[in-house]
Amino acid sequence: MFLDHIWLIPLFPAFGAAMMFFFGRRMQKAAVSTVCVGVVVVAFVFACVTVVEYTHFAHGTGQPFEKIVYTWLGSGDAHLSFLKRDGTPAQFNADFGFLLDPLSVIWLLFVTGVGMLIHIYSIGYMAHEGGYYRFFGYLNLFMFSMLTLVLANNYVLLFVGWEGVGLCSYLLIGFYFHRKSANDAANKAFIVNRIGDAGFILGAFTLAWYLGSFRFLDINAAARSGHYLIGDTVLTAAALLLFVGACGKSAQIPLYVWLPDAMEGPTPVSALIHAATMVTAGVYMVARSNAIFVLAPTAMKTVAIIGALTAIFAASIGLVQNDIKRVLAYSTVSQLGYMFLALGVGAFAAGVFHVFTHAFFKALLFLGSGSVIHAVSGEQDMRNMGDLRGRIPTTFKTMFIATLAIAGIPPLAGFFSKDEILWQAWRSADGGFPYLWLIGFGTALMTAFYMARLIFLTFYGQPRMSQEVEHHIHESPKSMTGPLVVLAVCSALAGFLGVPHSLGGSNGFEKFLAPVFERGTEAAIAATEEPHHPAGEEHRKLEWLLMVLSVGAAVVGGGWAYRHYALAGKDYPEPIAVKAPPLYTVLYNKWFVDEAYDYAFTGRRKLGDIRLGAMGAGEASSWFDAKIIDGTVNGAGWSTRAVATLSTWWDKWIIDGVGVNGPAILARMISYPTRLLEWGLVQWYALVMVAGLLGFAVYYVWK
Amino acid sequence: MAEITTLHYLVVAAALFVLGVIGVLTRRNVVIVLMSIELILNAVNLNLVAFSRMWGNLHGQVFSVFIVVDAAAEAAVGLGILIAFFRNKETINVDEIDLLKW
Repeated sequence: MFLDHIWLIPLFPAFGAAMMFFFGRRMQKAAVSTVCVGVVVVAFVFACVTVVEYTHFAHGTGQPFEKIVYTWLGSGDAHLSFLKRDGTPAQFNADFGFLLDPLSVIWLLFVTGVGMLIHIYSIGYMAHEGGYYRFFGYLNLFMFSMLTLVLANNYVLLFVGWEGVGLCSYLLIGFYFHRKSANDAANKAFIVNRIGDAGFILGAFTLAWYLGSFRFLDINAAARSGHYLIGDTVLTAAALLLFVGACGKSAQIPLYVWLPDAMEGPTPVSALIHAATMVTAGVYMVARSNAIFVLAPTAMKTVAIIGALTAIFAASIGLVQNDIKRVLAYSTVSQLGYMFLALGVGAFAAGVFHVFTHAFFKALLFLGSGSVIHAVSGEQDMRNMGDLRGRIPTTFKTMFIATLAIAGIPPLAGFFSKDEILWQAWRSADGGFPYLWLIGFGTALMTAFYMARLIFLTFYGQPRMSQEVEHHIHESPKSMTGPLVVLAVCSALAGFLGVPHSLGGSNGFEKFLAPVFERGTEAAIAATEEPHHPAGEEHRKLEWLLMVLSVGAAVVGGGWAYRHYALAGKDYPEPIAVKAPPLYTVLYNKWFVDEAYDYAFTGRRKLGDIRLGAMGAGEASSWFDAKIIDGTVNGAGWSTRAVATLSTWWDKWIIDGVGVNGPAILARMISYPTRLLEWGLVQWYALVMVAGLLGFAVYYVWK
Repeated sequence: MAEITTLHYLVVAAALFVLGVIGVLTRRNVVIVLMSIELILNAVNLNLVAFSRMWGNLHGQVFSVFIVVDAAAEAAVGLGILIAFFRNKETINVDEIDLLKW
């Protein structure tokens, strides 16, 4: 009965958002908290009950449950039909429909769960901020959008959620709207996301045009029907376009630039939207489209390579940042890279598993950093922290657990998910991706280093803050530490859901997801389910070796950070700055990517009066159009007119003048002397006659 | 008294002819001009008759009768034009009759 009313889940937060929209201004803070947090708690409980009911419904087969509330766009008549590429007619149809399968179950649970914890946390964190109701209204609106996104049964409805979370992200990044940097960051996030959205729309419509439906189930069925060959050009294009959308939403190279700037928003927002949930929407969408992606090996390779590059690239920037939230932001980008690496090598379940574990420990890290910032009176620069572990013990302990988890120390959550990804990267595609494994391995090393650096600079060493700030340090209220503790427990234990076979587990997570990724993981399951097979034994040894290596990397990275930062006093040296100053400059300035984008795309850089980059090219081509193309057109017109003028002149003066009037004038000229002979006096004529006669007479007489 | 010879006639005719020509050329009144033309014609007649007498045949006299007829016709036509012209221009001066020029 709950399953049948799954459509209510997104509507709870929507109700909260509507309340805030209409009445929020007049409500007390307590009332706002009650309504907004209440609806999310209700949504979470409803979601849990629904999932339980779903497991009864599915009986472990993972069959999807679909509930179509009504037809939203399109209808059964022919007005909205279109021809598929093969010429058969298809209906343009998008339902207001909900799809529950293992994949959306996972997202549903952690979005509502983590979302609920962050709502509770926000009560404490935002207690002294203005715009309290506005903040909670936006958060509820975000929950509504995110739940719509993950529960949608077709690309169009998913896109509604997709845009909704983008809007909420924009609103919440720009929450402190009196700060210009926050507005700029909000605009940046929104605009960069638009680029991705364009790709997503094109991809979704390509699929509809090619396969004849927006519904996930139809598309999956069509893709798995065997009618389409692996490497199908259109499907590859569609997959790549969808991935462009994922790049925008999930902050992958080259569209990752908005995410670090998004830290301008309040910290709970960073935790909820820019770490745990929204940025994983891209991963969700790619995983949801897995049937398409497995038919497009080129797109898969692109995903894997982009993911791996993003992972190591962002991690390298994270090594030297001083703003505690920025380190975490780059860490998020890097971890998202891991997820895409997993998706790209076909290990969809591993990628989703990492999303799941990452949601806990990254939300925890962000909330912890919020708690730290809260404690040191709003300071975000780690150079001005230090020695906080005794003063805010709960925050310290929980953040320490999260750090171990993200660094991949067993048996915490991050270890299982990250090692699964690294292992899959190593062995998938016939062992063709060891380079990707190497990049992932390097990233793991860096991750351990920058996370340990964060912990040591924040909680160990000498106190480096001012006296006044030091005096005010206090542990956060219960509403904040409570969620931290819950998330810490989850971070520690979530990994046990997916213990791999090689460690004696059953990898329940992957099995749970298997029905969604039918073709993606059947090979993986087949390979790991025969431990006694000699090849399986070999595999198992190799897997252990890789695990030991990556744990070793984590320990080495952490140890290195310990050596340099554990006792950091005022003006502590940065090891990278000491050993390789140019590298430090490059990393500290984020590889100058923003500057490069300024040169290449935004048009902010000018050479004299000339804009550089794409905007400059646009202006140049506009100039070219206006001056050269239009000039040519006008020139052609002008020269035609000039020729016409000339030929008019020629006609008037040469043809008419010389040719036609000329003889007439000539005749007239000749007529003047001639006409004198004919002046009309008869007597003169007679005289001439007489003279002539006389002349003749004289001539004949005297000849 | 000496015999009147052909030459005498010719001299008289020539004198008459020259008088006629001078009249035609110098007088402005059309009536006078017409009369001078009569003089010229009659000078010619005189010549013809003189030669007729000289050769002893009648050819010349026949010619002169034709010319007399012609002169009468010419005078009639000329005076007719003259009257028509006078009605239009109220003049009969030759130098004012110049409509034939270009």
